[in-house]
This record gives sequence, C-alpha cells and structure tokens, in this order.
Amino acid sequence: MSSPASDQPEVRTPEASTAEGADRLGVEQPDAPPSLESEVAQVVAPDRDIEVAVGDNLVEIRDLTVTFGGLTALDHVTFDIRRGEILGLIGPNGAGKTTCFNAMTGVYKPSDGTVELEGNSLGGRKKHAITRLGLARTFQNIRLFGQMTALENVVVGLDARHKTSVPGAVFRTPRLRREEKSSIEHGMALLEFVGIVDKSDVLARNLPYGYQRRLEIARALATEPKLLCLDEPAAGFNPAEKDELMQLIRTIRDDGYTILLIEHDMRLVMGVTDRIVVLEFGKKIAEGTPQEIREDPKVIAAYLGEESDDGAA
Amino acid sequence: MHTLLAAAADDQWITLDWASLGSTFWPSTFDGLTFGAIYALVALGYTLVYGVLNLMNFAHSEVFITGAYAVVFTLTSLGFGASPPNLSGPEIVLNLILAGLAGMAAAALVAFLLERIAYRPLRRRNAPRLVFLITAIGMSFVIQNLFFVWRGATAEPSVTMFQNKAVFDLGGNLIYMDTLIIVIAAIVMMVGVDQLIRRTRLGRGIRAVAQDPDTATLMGVNRERIIISTFVIGGVLAGAAALFYIMKVPSGAIYNGGFILGIKAFTAAVLGGIGNVRGALLGGLLLGVIGNYGQVLLGNGQWTDVVSFIVLVLVLMVRPEGILGSNLAKVRA
Amino acid sequence: MTSPIEDAAATQSHLDEQSERPKRGPFDGLARRWDHLERWQQWGVLALVAALVYLLPVLNPPLITSEPSNDFPITCANMAIYALAALGLNAVVGQAGLLDLGYIGFFAVGAYVTALWTSTDSTFVKIPYLWTLPLAMIVTVFFGIILGLPTLRLRGDYLAIVTLGFGEIIRLLATIIPALRGQVGFQNVGAPPGTKSDGNPVFANSSGTPWYWLTVTIIILLMVLLGNIERSRAGRAWIAIREDEDAAEIMGVPTFKFKLWAFAIGAALGGLSGALFGGLNGFVNNQKFDVQTSMLFLAAVVLGGAGNKFGAVIGGALVAYLPLRFTGLAEYKFLIFGVILVVLMIFRPQGLFGARNHLLTYASRARRWLGEKTSGSGATAVPATEESSS
Repeated sequence: MSSPASDQPEVRTPEASTAEGADRLGVEQPDAPPSLESEVAQVVAPDRDIEVAVGDNLVEIRDLTVTFGGLTALDHVTFDIRRGEILGLIGPNGAGKTTCFNAMTGVYKPSDGTVELEGNSLGGRKKHAITRLGLARTFQNIRLFGQMTALENVVVGLDARHKTSVPGAVFRTPRLRREEKSSIEHGMALLEFVGIVDKSDVLARNLPYGYQRRLEIARALATEPKLLCLDEPAAGFNPAEKDELMQLIRTIRDDGYTILLIEHDMRLVMGVTDRIVVLEFGKKIAEGTPQEIREDPKVIAAYLGEESDDGAA
Repeated sequence: MHTLLAAAADDQWITLDWASLGSTFWPSTFDGLTFGAIYALVALGYTLVYGVLNLMNFAHSEVFITGAYAVVFTLTSLGFGASPPNLSGPEIVLNLILAGLAGMAAAALVAFLLERIAYRPLRRRNAPRLVFLITAIGMSFVIQNLFFVWRGATAEPSVTMFQNKAVFDLGGNLIYMDTLIIVIAAIVMMVGVDQLIRRTRLGRGIRAVAQDPDTATLMGVNRERIIISTFVIGGVLAGAAALFYIMKVPSGAIYNGGFILGIKAFTAAVLGGIGNVRGALLGGLLLGVIGNYGQVLLGNGQWTDVVSFIVLVLVLMVRPEGILGSNLAKVRA
Repeated sequence: MTSPIEDAAATQSHLDEQSERPKRGPFDGLARRWDHLERWQQWGVLALVAALVYLLPVLNPPLITSEPSNDFPITCANMAIYALAALGLNAVVGQAGLLDLGYIGFFAVGAYVTALWTSTDSTFVKIPYLWTLPLAMIVTVFFGIILGLPTLRLRGDYLAIVTLGFGEIIRLLATIIPALRGQVGFQNVGAPPGTKSDGNPVFANSSGTPWYWLTVTIIILLMVLLGNIERSRAGRAWIAIREDEDAAEIMGVPTFKFKLWAFAIGAALGGLSGALFGGLNGFVNNQKFDVQTSMLFLAAVVLGGAGNKFGAVIGGALVAYLPLRFTGLAEYKFLIFGVILVVLMIFRPQGLFGARNHLLTYASRARRWLGEKTSGSGATAVPATEESSS
C-alpha cells in the first residue's frame, strides 16, 4: 500500500490491510482461511469501532504551553493529528518532544493551551481517564512491570477496558470470568502480533531488550487506543531491528490505528511517517510531509545540519 | 442503642475545658513555643534529608534520642543531678556547651553511620522506594531496641541544668530563662542553616541535588558527599535539639523517647512545607503552640500527641504542600 | 505421550528457568517446583498441609512444642492470629506496595470493638461475640478510609508516617479516654457460643485449640478469597502500582481506587485478627498494642516475601512462635526481628520465599492457546528446543 495521501480521505478496511500486514511481518500465510493474521485484527479489538474515514482530525493540539519554573519547555505549539496517519514528532535534544507527549498524556499540567481527542478536552483529566479515552503511550526508558510476565503486562493494558473491581473478583461474577477469559485470548493475540508470543510466560524484567520494547507496544495497544504514542521506540536498536520495527509500526497503522512517533533516527522517521512536525526550543518550526521537511531550510539548519549522517540516509 | 448514645454523651469520652485554656493562655503559648523550637530543629533533619534523597528518614528520631542520651551521660559525669547544680553562671554555660557538643557529636555520628550502613548500599543497588522506607523504619526500630537492651525500659535519672528563673515580665506574663535560651538559640541555628543553604558552596550543592540529582551530578556536584553532609548537618541539629529537650524534660532520655517527638517533628516539617527550611521553623512553632492548647483544653498531657497527629492528617488533607510550600524538593503525587 | 501443549509449556518453563537462574534463595527451587505441579497435585499437597496444620495443637510434637513455659494450644492460637494479621498486611505492603506502619492500630481497634460490645465492663449494648467480628471489620475499614483518603493521593512516605502515628495514637486514646479504661481494661470479653459435655464453654480462654481451629478456618477462607482478588484486575493493579505507580496510572489503572481497596482490606483483616485476639485473651487493655508490635507484623510480611500469601502466613506464625518457644529470646525479640528486617531489605528484599504472584484467572488457557497456534501453523512460531523433551 502506498503511503496514504493524508489530504484526501481514503477508505480502508481492516481485513484488506491486515493481510498485507501479515506479509510484512514475514509470517507464512496458511492456505486455508481463516488466516492467522486477519484473526489478529479482530481478536485484538473486536469491539473497537474501526474508523474508515481517514484524514479528519483525531487530535487537535492548540497553543500547548508547558513551563517549569521560569523555563518554557513548550511554547504555544499547535498541530493536528489526523486519523490513520503516522505523525512524526522530531527535533534536536531538548526541543520539547517528550514534554509535548507528557503534556498530552496528563503527566505534566500544561500552563496554557488545549489538547482535544475527538472533541473531548484532555485538560484536567486524570491520567488513567485519558488512557481510557483512547490515548496510549510507550516510554523512552522502558517502564514495564518487571515482576509480571509478558502476558500479565499486556493484560494490565487490557484491564483499562474492564470493569470488574474487588467485589466482582471475590465472588467471581460471570463478568469477571468473561473478562478474564477474553484477556487471555486478546493478550496472547497481541503478543503474537508484536512477535513475542513465545515469551508470554517470562517475567518482563528477564526479557531481552528488543522484546521489552515490543512488549511495551503490545501493552499500549491493549488499552485499545485511538492514538498510539511511541516515544523513541527504536532507541538502542541495530539497523535490522529498526527495519523490523518500521514494519511493525506500519502494520499497526494499517490495522486502523493512528500513531504519533517521537524518534531520533531520521532514516526511520523519514521512512515510516506520513507527516512530520518539527520542534526546536519548544516551538514548532515546520510541519509537512517527509519530503517537504527534508527540504525545509529551517529544519536543515536546526536539525539535519547537525546530524547530517543520519539525515542523508 | 440507648446505652450507646448515653455512653457517648457523658464525660467518659471527651471533655473540653475552655476555662483552663483562657486562664493559662499565655503560659501555654510560651511553653508551646519552646517545644516548637525543639520540634523545628529536629524537623530540619527530616526536611534536609527529604530534600536530597526524597526519603522520609524514619530513623532520625533515633538520631535525636542518641543525642539526648549523650547529653545526659555527659552532664551526669560532670556531676549534674536531679537538683540544680551549685555552680556559677559561666561554669554552667561551659558545662552545657560541653554537653551540647557531646550530643551533637553522638547524633551526627549515628546519622553518618545510618547513611553508610543502611541507605548507601540500597542506593548503589537502585532499590525501590518501599525498600528504602522499610529499611529506614527498620533501622529506627533497631537503634531503639539497642537502647532498650542496653539501658532498660526506664528513663535515665533526670538532670537539671540550672535553676529556672523568670527573666522578665511581658504584660503580666513571666518569661522564663529556658524559654528564652531555647527559642533564641533555635532561631539563631535556623538562620544559620538557612544562610548555609542559600550562600555557601555546600548549600548550592544541596539545592542542586534536591532539584535534580542527575543534572547536579553532570554539573560536577559530588552527590555522595552532599548526601552525607546533609545527614551530618541533620544530626548536629538533632543533637542541639536534644540538649534543649533535656533542659525542658530532665528525664527525657528513654529508649522510645524519640518516637513521638519524631512524628511531631515530621508533622512540623510537613506543616511548614517539607523541604523548606523556614517552613520547618514556622511549622515547629505552630505545632508546639497548637499541641499545648490541645493539652490544656482536653486536660491531659498526652493529648498534645493526639492533637499533633490530627494536625498532620488535616494538613495532608487540606494543604499537603504545607503553609510555605515545599521548595527544596517537590511533593510529588 | 507429549502433546504440543505440553511441549510448549515445557519450552516455557525451560526459558523461565534460564532467565531466572541468577537470583537464588533457599526456597526458590521449592517455589518453582510448586509452580510446575498440576492443579490437582497442588490441591492434594494443600489438603495434606491443611490436615497437618489443623492437627498441630493436638499432636503437640516434641521439639516444636512451646511447653513447659507456654501452653502449646494457646501458642498455636496466637500464631494463627498473627498469621491472619500478616495476611492482611501482606495485601497492603506486599502486593500494593503501601507501607502501613500502624497495623497494630487496626488490630487494637478490632480488639476494643469486641471488648466494648461484649465485655461486662462496658456500658454498651451487648451483642453476640461472633457479630463483633464483622463489626470490627466495618469499624476498622472506616478508620482505614479516614486515614487513606488524605494520604493515598500523596507519596508513600506520608502514608507511612500517618499510619505510624495512628498506631501510637490509638494506644494513647485507649489510655486517656476514661471510657476505654486504660490499663484496667475490659474483663470477660465474649467468645463464640457452645458448651462441652462437662458444662464448660468450648471457647474458654484456657483452651487454645478451638480458637486455633476457628482462626485457621478463617485464614483458609480468606486465602481463597484473596487469591481470587490476586488473579483479577484488582490484583494486577496492585502489583502494577507496586512496580511503577506512574506507569500503571498511564496504562489506565485507577491507582487511587485500588490503593484504597488494598488499604481497606488490610484494615479489615487487622480488625478481624484484633477481635479474635481480644476473644482469645478474654481481656483487653492498653498494654498489648504498642507500635513495636506493628514492626513485628511488618517483619512477618517481609520475611515471607512481599506479596506472597503463604509466605506472609508462615512469617506471621514464626514471629508469634519464636518468642514463645525460645523464651530466652523474648526480651530481645524486637531487636532480633528489627535486625532481620534490615538485613533482609539490604541483602534479600524479596524475602525468604521469592515466589511471585500469579495474576491471571485462566493462565492455563494461555498455554493451550499457544499449543493450538503452534499445532495449527506448524512449529515455526515457537523455537524448538532439544532439551525441553528430556
């Protein structure tokens, strides 16, 4: 599939896209349906209404400002995230990328500006409420629950959509049984989707580094996000692993998710994103397609000039 | 049901004695300020360590009580006893300074050992917060029980430092010598610490570590040295507090004597704003006065402790960042 | 016969073993072997253990017995009550990672509830002893929520200091409020009904065995219920909060709500064990609830391994047993357990039994799922390991 022309709405069905996703993952397609991969999309989130209209605004960020003491870490940043796109957020170190993330997900309280997800303002909401509204993230420095297995980590994410509390658990209500059973199915399907299902029973802290990164993505996907925010998911990866990750990110997008990607590696960003927003010193200095960004003199001055070896790739 | 209500209504539960409070208002205020100054000195130890380590150092109460033991032992060996000493003014002052130095040295030594033996290995291992807290309370428990095993369950014989006299008359209310000494000395020490934090190189280091340990380390601040210095400063202040405490409570050296005082000092730190040096002074004085009013109002000395505890819960409920706000380190949810 | 399911499971356990090898403790092997038993085997072992546990005061085994200095059935009853308290504290400290240092306060409140509503020295209406058990839980949950609401939103240090203060304040209140009778205390605290053939009550203060059986039964029941919670969203939320509270919140866990649940459950079990303690002794005054005992409960939980129910119960029983068995140690018990606490924290924070929690109700389904997938799409998904077949 060609990279979607984000200006014009396009109709996409999950079935069509997942078949391609399977190809990209390099998993052998069984001859007879139902195929493993098309199951994944349905098993992962059967209740999620998959948006078919691509291109309208999913998230609107207006004048987002964050200050620490006297320092302005983010200065009136405005941009949109469109449904079904992969938006890259780049900028030199300390440009405010992660701050922007944290302000969106409720970790920091913005001093000014708004973030709206499908018209719902995220300001003043609790962090867990923001997650349930449909915004999930991974962490730059991996933050898995080390004493839980890979599967349990994912199920914590799935629990964001569950309702059973302590009384239901004590009396093992039918709802609890239903939720717990589906947790296993969905959790294992998610682990398979990111390619680490064979490690489902291993404690997260004992997983190899690359697997931990993938598990973080699976856990975030488990919360059934409308927007998936990835904070430098390729940090510490070698080129081959980065390629695999790029495939995975595309597959996730093709499954109907919208992705916001913070990434340092320019090759990865240019290769996978549909549009890019560039921050410098807390301000937005450019926005456009990878091609436009590559040619933007301000961006070249601010960023690509410094890291020309990355930018040239 | 009727019996229940009746039981709650009669004076078997709580009675408020407003008349006593009215008649002893000023004496209890001055007495409260005296205790408040002592709380404030101990509170500084909590606040400073909390600032640089983000750790509630539960064992600080035992640092304090070690100082109290040292003060009592020194004074006893210098010939002090239950009745006021038969010495001239300057001689008494000299002896008290000696006892105070012994208290400071002992308390600082315990604080130093505490950091080295218990906390540093955990920091090296990057242990989770819960492990730090349990270790802190465990150390407090161990030191307390070492004193219990060594000195038994009874308090050390009381030592009286001087014949307490009224110094001057403030609108019909007498101000006593111990109140004057303690409040002034405490304020002088607090100002000293405040200036130390604000003006010296060590103070800059402490503030830097409190704000952001990683950046501070990158900027060339020796974090380990800052931490150990903070513990020692806290210990010295606790030792001074111990001297004043024994001045007020001559039989105060008992194995578990630090426990309640520790909770009150922590309450004082939270009340003023944890991590805030000036807040510790304000919180201490306020808490001392409130506790004393409570004690008079409710008619039993032990109500001071209960009232202080209720103050702590109320502050956390209403304004957890304290009156002056926390500025050395933030109260993170 | 090796089915693909077993194969996959074996592969898993093999991987598990490999990756977990570095950290070794005296009972790690035991915990791992336990994990790999079939469900019915686990139940069989448990039934055997339960039978032995019930028979303990009757068998009164030599060497283990605390006689002649302490009556063994009474010792057993005390062990069970401490085990129950440790079980409750384990939910708070071990699972949710909240440091509750005033557990003795809840224990005391439970004992006083029993005393106030059953003792002949109280002016309150009298209710049957067994009714005071749920009443004690309700009252302690109320106290727990009062303490938890302001502090659980803040950092853990605040909860620790507030609970520490609470433990001491309850004791002080018992001393200074006249209606609570200070050291004089309450005599003739009630007991469950029933008389033996000789006309004496079954639950006499001098006979520990009935109290022991009652408490052990309560513990078993609660362990099943707590196990249900552990393998649910709530249990996962607790461990997630313990591991990384911020990350948990960002993953959609309502952390405050589940912290409050953990705290309330802990308070309830503390109250329950206190009520049993009051009944067993038949006498409640202000002397038995000093804060130092809170540290014993904490040591029990840490000894057993944070989060491990069985460990906590064994830890609680040990903490009660050792001073009663080795009376020479009794005077030093606080010092000894304090040192154990610190040493464990510095060198083995996962406790003696480094077992981990199982957090899924239908964990076995995962293996089955894996097995089906593997057999469906060939063996490519799971790397085959030669060693796993041995």
